[in-house]
Amino acid sequence: MSTLNSKIPPGPLAEKWSYYKEHAKLVNPANKRKLEVIVVGTGLAGASAAATLAELGYQVKAFCFQDSPRRAHSIAAQGGINAAKNYKNDGDSVYRLFYDTIKGGDFRAREGNVYRLADVSRNIIDQCVAQGVPFARDYGGLLDNRSFGGAQVSRTFYARGQTGQQLLLGAYGALERQVGLGNVKMYSRHEMLELVKIDGKARGIIAKNLVTGELERHFGHAVLLCTGGYGNVFFLSTNAMGSNVTAAWKAHKQGAYFGNPCYTQIHPTCIPVTGDYQSKLTLMSESLRNDGRVWVPKTKEDAKAIREGKKKPEDIKEEDRDYYLERKYPSFGNLCPRDIASRAAKEACDDGRGIVPSGFGVFLDFGDAIKRLGVEVVKARYGELFPMYQNITNEDPLKTPMKIYPAVHYTMGGLWVDYELMTSIPGCYALGEANFSDHGANRLGASALMQGLADGYFVIPYTIGNYLSSEIFTKSIPTDHPAFAEAENAVKERTQKLLSIKGKRTVDDFHKALGKIMWEYCGMARTAEGLTKARKMIQDLRKEFWSDVNVPGTINEFNPELDKAGRVADFIELGELMVVDALNRNESCGGHFRVEYQDQGEAKRDDENYRYVAAWEFKGVDADPVLHKEDLVYENIQLQVRSYK
Amino acid sequence: MKFNLKVWRQKNAKDQGKLVDYTIDNINADMSFLEMVDVLNDELVRKGEDPIAFDHDCREGICGMCSMYISGRAHGPQHAATTCQLYMRSFKDGDTIYVEPWRAKAFPVIKDLVTDRSAFDRIIAAGGFVSVNTGQAQDANALPVEKADAEKAMDAAACIGCGACVAACPNGAAMLFVSAKISQLALFPQGQPERNTRAINMVNQMDEEGFGNCTNIGACEAECPKEIKLTNIARMNRDYLAASLISE
Repeated sequence: MSTLNSKIPPGPLAEKWSYYKEHAKLVNPANKRKLEVIVVGTGLAGASAAATLAELGYQVKAFCFQDSPRRAHSIAAQGGINAAKNYKNDGDSVYRLFYDTIKGGDFRAREGNVYRLADVSRNIIDQCVAQGVPFARDYGGLLDNRSFGGAQVSRTFYARGQTGQQLLLGAYGALERQVGLGNVKMYSRHEMLELVKIDGKARGIIAKNLVTGELERHFGHAVLLCTGGYGNVFFLSTNAMGSNVTAAWKAHKQGAYFGNPCYTQIHPTCIPVTGDYQSKLTLMSESLRNDGRVWVPKTKEDAKAIREGKKKPEDIKEEDRDYYLERKYPSFGNLCPRDIASRAAKEACDDGRGIVPSGFGVFLDFGDAIKRLGVEVVKARYGELFPMYQNITNEDPLKTPMKIYPAVHYTMGGLWVDYELMTSIPGCYALGEANFSDHGANRLGASALMQGLADGYFVIPYTIGNYLSSEIFTKSIPTDHPAFAEAENAVKERTQKLLSIKGKRTVDDFHKALGKIMWEYCGMARTAEGLTKARKMIQDLRKEFWSDVNVPGTINEFNPELDKAGRVADFIELGELMVVDALNRNESCGGHFRVEYQDQGEAKRDDENYRYVAAWEFKGVDADPVLHKEDLVYENIQLQVRSYK
Repeated sequence: MKFNLKVWRQKNAKDQGKLVDYTIDNINADMSFLEMVDVLNDELVRKGEDPIAFDHDCREGICGMCSMYISGRAHGPQHAATTCQLYMRSFKDGDTIYVEPWRAKAFPVIKDLVTDRSAFDRIIAAGGFVSVNTGQAQDANALPVEKADAEKAMDAAACIGCGACVAACPNGAAMLFVSAKISQLALFPQGQPERNTRAINMVNQMDEEGFGNCTNIGACEAECPKEIKLTNIARMNRDYLAASLISE
């Protein structure tokens, strides 16, 4: 049954990538011109891949659902990007970045992939600086760094609180340069709605022109899915409103295995939920934990008084405050990894010590940093973040502590890929957050930007040649091929079904209902009982959706409600798979916390039985998915209990 | 809170379009402007009417997708904020609010409040980059950049490409947008080799797209959600003039 071959190259860890590059097959320049590559999504992974492949000479078609490739949600990443440059001379190295990432991921990621990521991280910074990305610099004109969670060195490069924006605009510039040169054809306001397979290989996509509603057929010798994560399955998350799983899910239904879907990251520092009308949650960068101290009152009485507005944070004396992260994890303190910080916040609030009216919020206090450094230094360090917080909450974090609570932020799970980033469908690749590969069960801060750009700039340009070298005799397949017609018909039928139901509930009604189930039962704490219940609830919700959803308008027009309906339908199916995966994994690791498996609140892994990647095969909407296991082999590091104490 | 809304409704690019009245009640002051429109759209869908189409995505003020012209101002009354970062507490209970799309020749309406801003992409494609292929870079610290220049470059690079500058300008000029990119790259050593061609090519593309010219009104700077400065336009004009003088 199992065809899972991770294709990790032989040799010592530090030489695997060199070995691969030296032995991978190449495509000569004349042949590259004849090969067409489809790139779906134009975030860090997609834009960098599309630009780089076009520079190499391939014919590239790039797709994004936004009005411009520059809008992809990578743009919202705030804090920074890790790289093992060791410019600070503080003991960093490729090995340390590799080790921190594996450990941060709670020993659930592949050694070979992560080492490669750490290795190419240095090239990323060089490339971005050459593009004119305005990273922060010190007075000597050299690049500045700061610290991020889960590391004891300063290896994070940043551009104020807008690092993602600047890196994406760099990649976008590179992409537009290739558009201008005629090497990339860009399709904005287009959404991929089906993967086309011919003789078992990915050969193209069906894309919808979101302005006219027309379905288009596009051929490619290979298809790259750079479509981001699926955090919006929770409805409320820090993702953009349009972020969705649809492209990846279509590939999954066509045979691409889905890896570790239950590994989701709940980010500890977001602005707490205030009302039902809320459409999204806003992240406050983890970099704030460099200078902010997290606390709640020691007593429930004080917390209650704050919730009711009878006391202010400054009324709570120093000795009556519980700086719980510093207390529980003295060696990492406020900079412990995200999953740990999130769970600790939940624990404090479940204990009745939350400080916002809903009970779900804790303080992030800059008082000490302001005393130590002065207001101006603190303000300069975090750029936009303070005004942004003040604008949303109407409170000035320089005068009173920020209020924060964990929110869904990132998904470590995604399409299963091998070392070459190829999914289990030949010719179909997944890059960036859309794949499952490098972060294990928990991603460290400032590593998402690193992975997206590593995949796009430095990995796929090498690995795709190894596949395309055997495709040089494949001529472009005309899109009147029956496989294209069949795929287009399937999309048409599904769309017509959505529009014909004309039920009573809106698409958002269903999305919110799904989000509540996911947050309650598949969020920060999961139990077998809750997950079993959740699966039934999601199945019922799916049936209700397909009999009672109300989608206005028609196919042949600009119809955002229809587009949303298709995405929510896919989220419902994905939600069930996440629950199945969480139920299967009888251990706690990283972001996956099963209440039954803990050691006084700390995640308790079961390496003997669960040291594997769970790759799920789709068998039909009403059928149980089939589990394929990829054993994780650790040759260079010793598994241990992850401790930040 | 209760509001009277006058919203631009236009079925498609060919339709004439008109303002349509809506009233909306029970709005929380802490809602964002877009969440208020979500509530209205929810009501419309339940009544079987066509919801208002509008562009939006990140809802945290950075993607540049949201673009509403609210009561005569690009992104509404709040200074230095995108529409998604505009909160209803900025309005008074009972206010009448006009909601329109960006109005500019180079930004044709697609539907309701949605416009086509692809002209911006074409301007970037004409020269808004450093021509360096992946893998050609030297070590990142090999070229020191004076901190003051790096900060100025970052100020310019903060542009989110929303098009508010164009919408605010009576001439429909895109010079703030174009100059922000030209400035960012001109302030770096990496941007020097293409500095002249970049200025010429981007400005030419800007003209070709049908944007107007700058007459020093300053509405763009006043309405820019990221506070991009007019000094960038001065830098661009200098570069463009210098490049024109030395070109053949």
